[in-house]
Formats: sequence, structure tokens, C-alpha cells
Amino acid sequence: MSVGTPEKLSPRALPLRTKPPTRRRLRGLWIKPIVAVLLVVELYPLLWMFLTSLKSNDDYLNNPSWSLPTTWEWGNYTEAWTTGNIGLYVQNSLLAVLPSLALILLMGTAAGFALQIMVWKGRSVTLLLFLAGIMVPAQMILLPLFTVYFQVGLSGTLWPLILTYTGSGLPLTVFMMATYYKTIPREMFEAATLDGAGILRSFWSISVPMVRNAVLTVGLVQFFFIWNDLLIALTFTNNQDLRTIQVGLLNFSGEFGATQYGPLFAAICINVFGTLLIYLFLNQKVMKGLAGGAVKG
Amino acid sequence: MHRVLGDRRAILILIGPALLVYSLIMLVPMVWSLGYAFTKGNAINGFTGNGVANFERLLTDEAVHEALWFTLKYAVAVTAGQVVAGYLLALLYVFFLKKASALIRTLVFFPVILPTVAVGLLFKQMFQVAPQNGPVNALLEAVGLGSVDWFSDGGNAFWVLILMDVWRSMGFYAVLLFAGLVDIPDEVLESARLDGASGLQTIRHIVLPLSLPVLMSSLIFSINGTLKVFDSVVALTNGGPGNDTTPLTLYMFQTSFTYSDYGYGSAIALLLTVLSLVVSLVVFRLSRRDLTKG
Repeated sequence: MSVGTPEKLSPRALPLRTKPPTRRRLRGLWIKPIVAVLLVVELYPLLWMFLTSLKSNDDYLNNPSWSLPTTWEWGNYTEAWTTGNIGLYVQNSLLAVLPSLALILLMGTAAGFALQIMVWKGRSVTLLLFLAGIMVPAQMILLPLFTVYFQVGLSGTLWPLILTYTGSGLPLTVFMMATYYKTIPREMFEAATLDGAGILRSFWSISVPMVRNAVLTVGLVQFFFIWNDLLIALTFTNNQDLRTIQVGLLNFSGEFGATQYGPLFAAICINVFGTLLIYLFLNQKVMKGLAGGAVKG
Repeated sequence: MHRVLGDRRAILILIGPALLVYSLIMLVPMVWSLGYAFTKGNAINGFTGNGVANFERLLTDEAVHEALWFTLKYAVAVTAGQVVAGYLLALLYVFFLKKASALIRTLVFFPVILPTVAVGLLFKQMFQVAPQNGPVNALLEAVGLGSVDWFSDGGNAFWVLILMDVWRSMGFYAVLLFAGLVDIPDEVLESARLDGASGLQTIRHIVLPLSLPVLMSSLIFSINGTLKVFDSVVALTNGGPGNDTTPLTLYMFQTSFTYSDYGYGSAIALLLTVLSLVVSLVVFRLSRRDLTKG
């Protein structure tokens, strides 16, 4: 599925443009409120979340929810990070996500190259085989994997997460990388061989730098999928010390006796602002990548 | 020259690892899960054959019927919501905001990348009635409607869930559909304008038919994703009140891990898989037929 880039917006003659000026002004009148409402709907929940994360518990319970914090309790963040174990959960998430991501990108790029550039019998069948993995719900693989991990003795480590993320991230990555390699002519690699480079060497030194951008895009997409995953993490982290950020956040109020609202909101904020920061810098790539990977449900 | 690009050893080195890992983690377990559906047991106690009993149970289990009904209801409502909202946003971007739309597009897209668990917990607090009215109930009281206990009633909880998931994903569908709308040639719109069509007429008779293909693919993506809903439900309602908001995915999870019945869990997973394949196929066939007609 290739989707046009969001950037190629062209200036367009509007059907309404030639209408009398009054009509035009009227149109401007209803567009602005719509955009304003849209902005409030998108931004207010985040603003509210952030403000509430700075309230003390008494403040939260006794004052209207939309009021500003009476005192600014930055300590909620330390509370969430240490007592609430969010620090540990973030560390677990990183330990599971980064190796999976590296493996997915390395194997996916190589497989995409083999499927699109190399010439061999059965490559379209192999591509279809990978595609099947995009459609099938993860529920189909959880139980056998759980049994195997348990019998092999991997339960109680982060390996089940790394392995499962790698396996389930591959189909979409292979598919997207194969699509990107379509834009590079085979002759490029034939020429490289004439110059004496082996095909593995041309893959690594010529093709990889050429698809560097695509690798970054696919990497971002996979990062968000894995970082935000709940189902797989919930299945394989039966040990409290192994919880990823999502599983930890879900069970967050359990860390304290009664729910501490300030630290709870601080924990939600930590989780949200991490991904938001990446989006702030790379939003065009993220949008393009996720739209291109839309085949995954 | 093709000899180089057909180097078997190189092909094996390049695709071998991916194929091996993919087969071991995805393909083999899929087939294996089929086998589990005919057994009873779990990872700790082992498995015993159970014939087709799990499938008979699927047919008579009230909880499965309710979960199936909820899944379909949810999928239809969210798909309609996110595709319609996305389409309206895309129209807004292309025809009204034009060049100024980049910032709004980026902004409306951002909930897509937020962790669903975080969004679920946030919405739970926003619609909270106790111990403190969340902003939504505070607003309702301010306009004199009175606060609502959203999560004590299955129907209300359902709508909060729909609202949350449309909020999360409309920006995504807006960008997807935007790409389709931008591809409509200017000349077509120009000639409609010269023929005296109003803005609404142009959208109804020109823009809508021309963006039908991308609308249809959005529909397929959306249905496929929403049938597998799990995170949002777990974070927002955890299936409650009772099991009023329990989709098949969550029921499968509870059956397998709370009640340690892997056999029946696999049967439910199979039902889910068949469901998503059948629904995608139906939507795909419908879209093909419509296209040849249009």
C-alpha cells in the first residue's frame, strides 16, 4: 500500500472561490470555530493531564477537576518514578524494545532486499507467506509461545518479549522494505558487481545507505507498535519485576495503598511525553510511515 | 548477469534469518494453536485430547455470543466514526485550510502515537464521577445536565470507549484519506466549478466518487484493526461493568490466563481469526463491486 506523501498538497481552485465576497466571509466565519473546537478537543485532555499531575492528593479530591493546582507538586514525578517503579518499567521497556527493533530492522531489510532485488524462484510465494502474518491476530500465537517459553525455561526473563516482538514485527517490515526496494533499479547492483563487489557487499555498502530513510521510517513505526504494545507484554511478564511501562502503568495504583492521583497522572505523563517528544521532532516521518504501514490493523 | 542476483548462498544469508524467526514465532504457533483448539489443558498441567468439545462450547456459550456481539458492535461503530470523522477532517484540510493545514494535520494526528494504555487511563479519569467529577462531568453540571456515572452502565461505557477510540485514530484516517483527496486532479474540480456546481454538490458528485477507492481501503484497515481491539478496553473499562464491554480478544485472554483453559482459548482465537478474514474478504468484495458500478 503506497500512500501519497502528505507534503504534496497543491494549491487548489475552490468551487466557492468565485462566489460573492459575503459568501466568502461567511465561510471564513464557520471554519474558524470548527478549527478552534478541534484544537480544544485535541489539546485540552493533555493539558488537563499535565496540570493534574502537579496536584497534591488533597487538591485533587477537594477542588474542581478543571482548577489549576494550588501548589505545584513536582515531587509527584519522583514519587511515580521511584515508589511507583516507573523507572524500572521504562528500563524494562527499553531492554525489550531496542534489541527487538535492531533485529527487526536488520533481518527485515535483508529479507526485503532478497525478495525485491535478488532473482529466485518462489520469492512471490515467500512474500505472500510474510503477508499472512500481518492479517492474523496475535491471539493465535500467544498460547503455543507461552507453552514453549515455559518449557524451555525462558519465563522469568525478557527473552519471550524480545523474541515475540521480533517475530511479529517482521511481516510488516519485510513488506514495507520490499516496497521501498522497488524504487531502486537492479542495474545498480549489477554495475556494482562489474566493479568487483560481491552481492552481500553491495547489499550492505550500496543498498542500505540508499534505503536509510526508509529504515528510519519503518523503525519509527515498529518502535511505536512495540513500545505501545499491551497484549504481548501482559501475556509474558508474569513477574512483577519484568513489567514494561504499559503493563506497569495499567497496574499502577496497586503500588500504593489507595490511588495517589498526582503520581498516577505523573506516570501517565511520563509515558505520554516520551512518545510525544519523538513525534515533535520526527512527525512528518512518523505520519508517512504509519500511513504506509496501514495494512496492519 | 542474473547469476550474481541469483546467488543462492547470498539469498539464503539474506532471507534465512528473517524467514526462520518468522516461521518459529508466527507460522508454527499459528498451526499449533489450531491443534490446541482440540485439547483441554494449559502450559503447566499439560494437554489432553478433547475432540470437538471446544467448538460445541463456542456454539452454546452465552459469554462468547455476547463478546462476539460486542466486538461487531464496537467494530462497526468505531469504523464508522473514525472513517467519517477522518473524511470530514480530510475535506477540511484539502478544501478549506489548504496550505495552512500542515500544522493542524500534525496536531490532530498525534493521539495516534500515544500509548493506548495512557489514553485509556486518562479518559477514565476525564469521565470519572467519583471521588471527584472529571472535566466531562464538571462541564455537564455547568450546563445544567447533571453528571453521569459513565462506567456503571454498559451502554454509557460503550459510548465512552467509542469516543475515545475515534479521538485516538481520526487523525490517522484523516491523513490516509487526505492523500487520496490530494490526488484528485484540479481540472476536474475546476470544470465542476465552471458548470456551476456548489461546494456541497462538488463534494457529493465529484469528490466522493473519486475518493471511493481510498475510502474503501480505509474501511478495510479500520475493520481489521477494530475487530482486534484489546488495549483500549483493558485500560478503560477492563471489560466491565460485568462483562458488558468484553470483546472476543479479552474473553480469549481471560479464558486462557485467568481460567487456564488454553484449549478453549485457542478455539476463541480461531473464531477471531476467521472473523477478521471473513469480514475483510466481504468488505473487499463489496468495494470491488461498487467500483465497477461507479
